[in-house]
Amino acid sequence: MPETLLHTPLHDRHVELGARMVPFAGWEMPVQYAGVIPEHRAVRTDAGVFDVSHMGELEVEGPRAPELLQGALSNDLDRISIGEAQYTLLTNEDGGIVDDLIAYRAGECSYLLVVNAANREIDYAWLKEREINGSDVRDVSDDCGLLAVQGPRAIERLGLPPAPAFTYAETVLDGVEVMVNRTGYTGEDGCELLCMIEDAVRLWDAVLERGAVPCGLGARDTLRLEVCYPLHGNDIGPETDAISAGLGWACALDKDFEGVEVLRGVKAEGPDRRLVAFVMQDKAIPRPGMPIEGGGEVTSGSHSPMLEVGIGMGYVPVAQASPGTELTIDVRGRPRRARVVKKPIYKPGTKRED
Amino acid sequence: MAAAESYPDDLKYHSEHDWARVEGDEAMLGITWFAADALGELVHFEPPDVGSNVTKDQSYGEVESVKAVSDVIAPLSGEVLAVNEQVVGAPETVNDDPYGNGWLIRIRLSDPGELDALLDAGAYQQVLADQ
Repeated sequence: MPETLLHTPLHDRHVELGARMVPFAGWEMPVQYAGVIPEHRAVRTDAGVFDVSHMGELEVEGPRAPELLQGALSNDLDRISIGEAQYTLLTNEDGGIVDDLIAYRAGECSYLLVVNAANREIDYAWLKEREINGSDVRDVSDDCGLLAVQGPRAIERLGLPPAPAFTYAETVLDGVEVMVNRTGYTGEDGCELLCMIEDAVRLWDAVLERGAVPCGLGARDTLRLEVCYPLHGNDIGPETDAISAGLGWACALDKDFEGVEVLRGVKAEGPDRRLVAFVMQDKAIPRPGMPIEGGGEVTSGSHSPMLEVGIGMGYVPVAQASPGTELTIDVRGRPRRARVVKKPIYKPGTKRED
Repeated sequence: MAAAESYPDDLKYHSEHDWARVEGDEAMLGITWFAADALGELVHFEPPDVGSNVTKDQSYGEVESVKAVSDVIAPLSGEVLAVNEQVVGAPETVNDDPYGNGWLIRIRLSDPGELDALLDAGAYQQVLADQ
């Protein structure tokens, strides 16, 4: 049966701008407007705006909300205060990653979780099942519009004051009430603007008016890959653990949460394989699923618009995981050489045209 | 700058979005504007070896954009005489000039009779219209 794709409130705006629309996690989303490469470069050198209204927003409140979340999420929520945010993982009993998300502390006992579009229902059901008396989990995704405005000039173009990463503030931007989150998925400075769904079009128009370039999911993927942010469903998932994925920094192994014993074990013994970043030495573009000689596999791969070379991430046995190690990737039957590099592959700010 | 849509009348076309410019017993091969536009800006061309043989209706190479990989189908059979090194070095040349500087390979035809099976510009545009 054909699936009916969901539309964000900005769907008509994307079509008017000539975007190429594709199905993504049940939504019809813009993959590109002018082209992945010019959009990517706009974010690295100036400012771009992404409609990420398809992402999920869950509110968790109540006197026992902290207890519920501390038992479900890998990072230590006690480390953030009201007005701050934290990257964290929803883990299963095997230490696998159900989702990766950002938790915002809205009050003493009130949190907002921004989760991946594809996992919105899974996460909601997961937390609902674990709800305890005195905690309340609500899916408020349908009430929210979300725009990511990213790039070295994003904050300046929006006329916002400087603020540290992983903080948020509520303000009015061009007449629209917004929560300005100093977070993103590109490695650049910038913010994510959360608004009421009925204000999303007005906010989008205002952000474009301020000179941000509309960017699609294509550029979002190449931008996050250059800075080695994992993509849930590709690089991490319910079958992969945070330690092997290099996300141990987001796991407070001294507290109790689901799967923590498994993760402590992996940490103590050392993982068998690691998620590494690599740069192609031969001319070729790695793609997810390609085998890496020695038992590894590519989980993300593309062309780097900044480095103009094939780049990727993949799991390899620990013996092949050190920076400088040469890998051989099977590119549709052709062996092609790559080299393991330290993350990130591209450091924002190293090639800006300020 | 990506070229504007066009399908020159002096070329022969294959329904898999490839063109051939036949000159005597040689032909220059490439992909159509439609194929280049559908892929987006090309970032890689995996060419065949000079001296190898390509076979009509079969893949002789690959072109890739940031998001996608596509086989390049030979509209005619023959021996590869040359590979366009400009495209190997700067694959976006195909988007800029698909029928000129963006040619992919030159071959010596092994069966000129195959030409009869190719489409003219009008028939190829009908294929596009019917998709």
